[in-house]
Amino acid sequence: MRIKNTILFSLISTFFLIFLISIWKILATLQGLSINSFNIEIILMFGLLISLAHLGIGDRIKSIYKSIIFSSIFVFCDGYLIQKLPIWYNVGIFLILYFFINKISKYTFISLKEEHSTQVILFDFLTLFGILFFSFVILFPFYMMLVTSFKTQIALLVNPLDFSINFGQDIKDLFKSYFVIFKSYKFGKYIVISTIVSVGTVIITLLFAIPAAYAVARLNFFGKTFLSTSILIIYMFPAIVLVIPLYTIFSQLGLRNSIEGLLIVYTATTLPVAIYMLQGYFKSIPKELEEAAILDKLSWFGIITKIIIPLSIPAISSVALYVFMIAWNEFLFSLMFLDNPNSFTLSRAIQYLSGDAETPRQYLMAGSVVVTLPVLFIFVYFEKYLVSGLTAGSVKG
Amino acid sequence: MNDTLANTEKKTAYILTLPAVLLVFSIILFPIFANIWISFKEVELKDIRIPEPRAKKIVKSISDEPSKIKILYKLRNSSLIQEIRDVSFQDRFPKNFEIENLDPRCSFKKYNLKCEFGNWPAKYRENFQVIFATNDGSKIDKKSLKSIKPKLDGKSDNILLNTNFTLKNFKKVLFENEFVDLLLTTFYYTFFGTVGSIVFGILTAQMVNQKFYGRTFMRSVLLFPYVAPVVALAYTWELLLDPNSGTLNSLLLNYQIIETPINLLGQKYIEISILGFDFKLRLALTTVIMFEIWRYFPLAFLFILARLQAIPKELYEAADVDGASPFQKFFNITLPQITAVISILFMIRFIWNFNKFEDVFLLTGGASGTRTLPINVYQQGFAISDIGMGSAVSIVIVVLLLMFMFFYFKLLGKRVDEN
Repeated sequence: MRIKNTILFSLISTFFLIFLISIWKILATLQGLSINSFNIEIILMFGLLISLAHLGIGDRIKSIYKSIIFSSIFVFCDGYLIQKLPIWYNVGIFLILYFFINKISKYTFISLKEEHSTQVILFDFLTLFGILFFSFVILFPFYMMLVTSFKTQIALLVNPLDFSINFGQDIKDLFKSYFVIFKSYKFGKYIVISTIVSVGTVIITLLFAIPAAYAVARLNFFGKTFLSTSILIIYMFPAIVLVIPLYTIFSQLGLRNSIEGLLIVYTATTLPVAIYMLQGYFKSIPKELEEAAILDKLSWFGIITKIIIPLSIPAISSVALYVFMIAWNEFLFSLMFLDNPNSFTLSRAIQYLSGDAETPRQYLMAGSVVVTLPVLFIFVYFEKYLVSGLTAGSVKG
Repeated sequence: MNDTLANTEKKTAYILTLPAVLLVFSIILFPIFANIWISFKEVELKDIRIPEPRAKKIVKSISDEPSKIKILYKLRNSSLIQEIRDVSFQDRFPKNFEIENLDPRCSFKKYNLKCEFGNWPAKYRENFQVIFATNDGSKIDKKSLKSIKPKLDGKSDNILLNTNFTLKNFKKVLFENEFVDLLLTTFYYTFFGTVGSIVFGILTAQMVNQKFYGRTFMRSVLLFPYVAPVVALAYTWELLLDPNSGTLNSLLLNYQIIETPINLLGQKYIEISILGFDFKLRLALTTVIMFEIWRYFPLAFLFILARLQAIPKELYEAADVDGASPFQKFFNITLPQITAVISILFMIRFIWNFNKFEDVFLLTGGASGTRTLPINVYQQGFAISDIGMGSAVSIVIVVLLLMFMFFYFKLLGKRVDEN
């Protein structure tokens, strides 16, 4: 049992180390370093040696000294004997090794003898591996989007792997792509249009949804159950089915290429989920408050504006943020309805930009950064509200 | 008293819900019926423009006669294919105007020129000219004359409103258009995209449900692909995967993992041999599915994480007492607790993936074996500009989805009964 676990432990931890260093090497390569091999055999050997040595030494040396000694040996062998690479790369390797040895320091010969320790090791390292893997896989495209927008076409042709940003250059050169898309491609205008459409959708949706949700939550009327169930069914209806009839109707009414047309469609498609989310929250507000208000002869308008809205600010903000996000990100309808560059939204403008094969990729990426940043900023800043909105409205997408 | 109170309540409720209901009906329910209607018609993109009678007014002064003026109307039918019937024309003039030559089709009363032009065939054009003179001999202001716009009216057939129906569209969709291939592609895309995103969702939820440093940060990072705009993400992926100068191919070449670049989004098949067996993998489709999984697993993650956090801790504590291993805990406690969420997720994601348009459209445009049914709706309707065909394809989508939902609920109901 002990031997089997020891072998398993050293193998898994070594694979983890290989993975860590490989990611670091990829990132370093993208900074323009010429690394042509992962040197997996060498890392494998070192990893096995380190994990076995760690087990063998045990508590005889303080773990901090142990980490520093092992890391230094590894960096020395890897960096100065095998590859000659700049100091920052080796500092990174040192930190990775330090982190790695700290992670394995809780395992000793004694802990490897415990029950289920094989599975515990597997589970622990799978979690660590998962965190790294998913962070890398998710953040990498975002990172590339940002970095590409600061490069020039020529630099990318010379070395397609060098994404290092030269901060020494002039601000004007550094942000050149952004200046170009705002000057030559009218992105400022598209930002304004996108903002008007998204904010407008939020406002109209709330204006329509709050009274309706209040009625569904509180009042008794014929067709109430039908209404509340049909809300969700309607929500599941695919947008692609609506596209052709809406296109024909809008063409005949002259609503294509207009902000009003987009506002109408976006509001209609987000209303069901807004009503659904709000009525759930309104139901949780104690009824006694409204009963007191009715005694005070407050009309329904008064009840909604003076009692319901102030009490449901969190729910309303999560609906508002969710609707904003949907309207900002929407692409299908803006593709169908807008073909005049004067009325494009940001998403449609980027798609239009990419339709021209001559458009340099850094402009495309700068545009992508411009459309992505507001959403990500709002998401990170208001995460609490948005997550509850996402969970409630997640049938969409 | 009670009765009237209930009545006012009802009335209030109708007033409150009416705006929302009206909007949703007109934008969502009405188009669905309109779609069924259109799918039985032979309509093309150019047919849906309503033909209009148009007139361009040109004002010309006549030399030597300052009190006279010539007005030329360039009349035309805006449509190249449809006739306009009973075209009527009206234009207004200042009070001191008198007409010199009156066309037999027109009348001039109360400073209004009214004409009945009869029927205009498609592409019809006519130059129509009138000459006016002022009765008091004053000078004519050409600009103000030009600013008055003539009004034209006419009747035309709206191809959408007539009652000529045909089954041609459905016949074409079901028997000609490589329907089986389309259906299979859509099914692969939907099924593997759904299963993949749920599997990754389970993995990540299980991961984030454990305590580690930076857990809240990790949770927001995991949701990034879901909240960011499709357009930006699709183009970033396209650049990463580009065969000529894409980062992925350059990296793989740099580390000598491959010898020639792989066109992940533009190649229909790739041959893989595993253990002597040769497989043909649909490469572009697989890449698109990968993007799909990458973008939508956060949703599964969010759902499953919420469920995981609601599992009572006592269950795990009891399992610890019994000496259960981590894997036993996962398979015997966690998994049974999340099956309900997974089955809901499966349905929701299946429906939405089945209808997904943007992702495939932006990545490949439906080329190299990634043409799914929603892409076909777009291609039929707007690329080939056959609106009727596009509608028919979208009706087929709805019918297939309804069938799926029906069987899914039946199956689900059976399993609930058995338990």
